[in-house]
Amino acid sequence: MADTVRIVVDGTATVVPTGTTVAAALGNAGRLAMRRSVTGEPRGPVCGMGICFECRVTIDGAPHTRSCMVSCVEGMEVVTEHA
Amino acid sequence: MHESVSEVLVIGAGPAGLAAAAAAAADGADVLVVDENTRPGGQIWRAERDSGVQSEAGELVTLAMSHGARFFSGTAVFDAARGPTLFAVNGSGPLVLRTKRVILALGATERQLPFPGWTLPGVFGAGGLQALGKNGLDVSNRRIAVAGSGPLLLVVAAWLERRGAKVLGVFEQAPRADVMRFGRGLWRHPAKLLQAVQLSGSLVRVPRYHDAWPVRAEGRDQVERLVLSVGGHERTLDVDYVACAFGFAPVTGLAALLGCAIEDARVQVDAFQRTSVEGVLCAGESTGIAGADCARAEGVVAGHMAAGREDLACTACRWRDRERRFGAALERAFSLRDELCTLPTADTIVCRCEDVAWSELVPREDERDAKLQTRVGMGPCQGRVCGAALEFLKGWPRGRVRPPLIPVTMDVLAAAGAARHRGEESAS
Repeated sequence: MADTVRIVVDGTATVVPTGTTVAAALGNAGRLAMRRSVTGEPRGPVCGMGICFECRVTIDGAPHTRSCMVSCVEGMEVVTEHA
Repeated sequence: MHESVSEVLVIGAGPAGLAAAAAAAADGADVLVVDENTRPGGQIWRAERDSGVQSEAGELVTLAMSHGARFFSGTAVFDAARGPTLFAVNGSGPLVLRTKRVILALGATERQLPFPGWTLPGVFGAGGLQALGKNGLDVSNRRIAVAGSGPLLLVVAAWLERRGAKVLGVFEQAPRADVMRFGRGLWRHPAKLLQAVQLSGSLVRVPRYHDAWPVRAEGRDQVERLVLSVGGHERTLDVDYVACAFGFAPVTGLAALLGCAIEDARVQVDAFQRTSVEGVLCAGESTGIAGADCARAEGVVAGHMAAGREDLACTACRWRDRERRFGAALERAFSLRDELCTLPTADTIVCRCEDVAWSELVPREDERDAKLQTRVGMGPCQGRVCGAALEFLKGWPRGRVRPPLIPVTMDVLAAAGAARHRGEESAS
């Protein structure tokens, strides 16, 4: 297995260690605010285990995907509401 | 739609679920374990990003698999019908799980309490930040305040320090006297006493406070400062992250869907881990918070029972009962103080999904009234976060759930509906 994988976040390519979840990759890229709440507040991950749904983003076209529950794979496209 | 038939179906692959699976499989039962995470271990046995499976989890997985147990990881249950039949979804689509007996090992979630600014990115759960860190979030050189309640705060602080974070302090809401009394009682549980001593040793550089809790978090798009009340005085810290949780709340949703009796926010079980519903057993934190060792002991009892070996189940009952006494002591020492009810101000968001403020909830009589008037608890998390908070703040019981337990797509719902219809036809 390769040591790193390349993902695309809001159109920008970034390389992350294999096994990193999308939430962790976004946090490390300075994009902890990955979503806007229904009244427009910035929000990011809280529970880290799929409970709170605050970290949801669009992954490979699938909207409202919990980024803390998905590991990055080569070529994955992630779209946040922060873009 | 894919169907899977098993004799014993275990939901959850944490300490309780894995112990149950290993016990039942060793007894010769045909076991299937379904877990939402990508790797077994649950929360407390979560592996680091660059390692395979955590060692204690790995041992039980190996044992269970050597007796033929199968594992479906990354698979989330969203509905249930009598049978018991469960409906789940994973990366390949929906699946139906038909079984004779099901063991619910659903675990617990951290209890978050709302305070001004708690919705800012960078304010995490305590175990939440650890989970994110184990999954690759870099915490090195980050200034982190660890706050809330319970021994997990110390575990998380020690882990953060090991990973190069600057832990500014551990802020425990419980009074020092209560925590000290709890510590003195640990001689009854030598393994835990050893853990506590080791933890203290690894935290020598971290200041620890009691009678302390967060008052508000400040920052623009991310948390920058945390104001705390420490022994009645306000203190302000410049922070990068906050790790905050006030103990745990048992996960009971699937048990409620199956019709199991739930009282005092926990699934009710008898001495053999049987719930009020025939064929449904429950083990671990869902039956009450008592830690991983208790979960494991309950799992052993439940596993043997589900495999029809009542004689073997009894062998783990004394172990379980000792661990439950530890759980009771834990609950006494770290019970949440009334002052925490005054943390939210009028405009503090309580329901993060629907952005419902505290002032909208104050006049509401009960959970139903609040839901109808404000949409509290009706967003994607279905009240998993605010439900545990409102249980403490307003005394509203949790646990009323409707399917689906998690948001699923219409085609998944339709496939499950069709499978349920076929099942009812063949039963009649």
